[in-house]
Amino acid sequence: MSGARSFGLGAVLTKEFVGPKSGKFLDRVHRFLCAVVVLVSLALPPAALAALTIEIIGTGASQFPVAVVPFRAEDGLAQKITPVIAADLARSGLFRMIDAGGINPVPHEPEQVNHGQWRARGAEAVVIGSVSQLPDGRYDVRFRLMDAVKQTQLAGYVYFARNDNLRLVAHKIADLIYEKLTGEAGVFATRITYVVKRGSRYELQVADADGYNAQTVLASNEPIISPAWSPEGARLAYVSFEQRKPVVYVQSLTAGSRQAVANFWGSNSAPAWSPDGRRLAVTLTKDGASQLYLINTDGSGVERLTHSSAIDTEPNFSPDGRYLIFTSDRGGSPQIYRVPVTGGQPERLTFEGSYNVSPRHSPDGKSFTFIQRNGTRFNVAVQDFATRQVQVLTDGGIDESPSFAPNGKLILYATEVSGRGILSAVSSDGRVKQRLTADAGDVREPAWGPLPKQ
Amino acid sequence: MMRLLLSVLMLAVLAACGTTAREQDGAAVEDRKAIPGDPAAGKPKPDTGLTGKPLVEKPVAVSPLKDPGNILSKRSIYFDYDSNLVKDEFKPIIAAHARYLQQNGAAKMKIEGNADERGSREYNLALGQRRAEGVRQMMQLLGAQAGQIETVSFGEEKPRCTDHDEKCWWQNRRGDIVYQGE
Repeated sequence: MSGARSFGLGAVLTKEFVGPKSGKFLDRVHRFLCAVVVLVSLALPPAALAALTIEIIGTGASQFPVAVVPFRAEDGLAQKITPVIAADLARSGLFRMIDAGGINPVPHEPEQVNHGQWRARGAEAVVIGSVSQLPDGRYDVRFRLMDAVKQTQLAGYVYFARNDNLRLVAHKIADLIYEKLTGEAGVFATRITYVVKRGSRYELQVADADGYNAQTVLASNEPIISPAWSPEGARLAYVSFEQRKPVVYVQSLTAGSRQAVANFWGSNSAPAWSPDGRRLAVTLTKDGASQLYLINTDGSGVERLTHSSAIDTEPNFSPDGRYLIFTSDRGGSPQIYRVPVTGGQPERLTFEGSYNVSPRHSPDGKSFTFIQRNGTRFNVAVQDFATRQVQVLTDGGIDESPSFAPNGKLILYATEVSGRGILSAVSSDGRVKQRLTADAGDVREPAWGPLPKQ
Repeated sequence: MMRLLLSVLMLAVLAACGTTAREQDGAAVEDRKAIPGDPAAGKPKPDTGLTGKPLVEKPVAVSPLKDPGNILSKRSIYFDYDSNLVKDEFKPIIAAHARYLQQNGAAKMKIEGNADERGSREYNLALGQRRAEGVRQMMQLLGAQAGQIETVSFGEEKPRCTDHDEKCWWQNRRGDIVYQGE
């Protein structure tokens, strides 16, 4: 076990806001802008409460029975640790939570764990731990994952964290437990972005994957769509209509500053990051039809990638950076195509149905998720690159904007319930569904952020 | 086709002229307001030998773009589902605006394409763009210059009608003409 690790959220969302860079085009449309009241306001102070409430539907094929014992001295904390761990694990649908109440004395150290007693309750793993405050005010949070069958320690770790990072510590612990017990990386310490529409106001928000700590990074009276995380998770690209046309911006989540990186004659949209974070694929119409272009993240180095007279849009890089998948109606109906980033003849990938859109690669690059229209319904589907086999994962009415969690186990998407936009997640085998609902307003355009840097 | 367009154009121009003339007649006769702050105009002084008379306010011409009786005030072109084909009923509107651009070289406009809510937001953005492009190409064929028209799309983001059925959707599949400065 490695030793102390100091902690700080890598990305601090600031309230700074820098206006769009002025340019020749801005001068041209100055009078247009005067007529448009655009309110791009400052980010709000971080909310401590959950903006999204999560409801779980279905369970995994097999559920691992695990007990999470309340940590010593966590009662005094502003944010208890173990309820967050238990909620994370339960939400995945892959764990069955075993009641940890009524055991006396409550175990906090390995030698205090009566493995037989836990096995009798059905638990195969037990999470124990403790919290203590350091002289500098930070907290020492340590936990151990015990194998109740083999009576050994599976994992153990100590974190030193400020008061305001205790939820993150809990998510990190849940990630380690998830990884030890499933063999896959956990995604509890990741973040998501999405757009909330309240009346005529649009807010681009970033929240923890469990919906807590939602922060508004951009608020506007004009629509915001298509947010996309940079590979390192410190920047968002998105499309804002505040100039009365779609313009692609890149905004730093650490500094709060932002820049219009694609503001050409016509419409600018559908940003996608290259895996090295240096290039963006975008859809531009400056030469007529909606076509794919590559640009640097500062807007320079524009290079046209597709040459059709049809619609080419919604590009997405393969994890190895060599290909883009995208939506095109060059064959008469919208279908998914693949093209090398060096250009060339695109190859059609989807053939089932007359409407397949919004493709996103899986993190391992072996499959892609997309939206398939079935009759009047729009559903989340996954297609394997090698076998071309399609699996439709949802049966709702209007699903949009699917994106994989960074471990490839969940797909986050937007859907509608009773006319209201909400976010949902479905496991990539289709068995577990989570619904994330906001307190108020329509939620749409979700994108799952990358794994935090270790 | 060309002949039909031309006759529609003639009608449009005649309509525009008629309107302008009527408004000028009305304004010229009745308004007797003096220029404020001009003593000579307000109160003539006979003993100096000077005479004067009130100056009438110059009539302000109503822009043909704003005149509800002028075809140029019509700004929306509607489309069928998943289509960017301009239907015959909207061609006179496009022809009138093309003529206006041709006659007013400094005039500039945006054509804002829109789509109904069904399907992908980005694909709908592209559909709206294609509708706007269809209108632009027709205007350029009729004499507008490329630099006068920018086509943009709002996709499904700015619906004119928000119910989730065809009686709303048709209103949202449209291109809107907006002149610079409006």
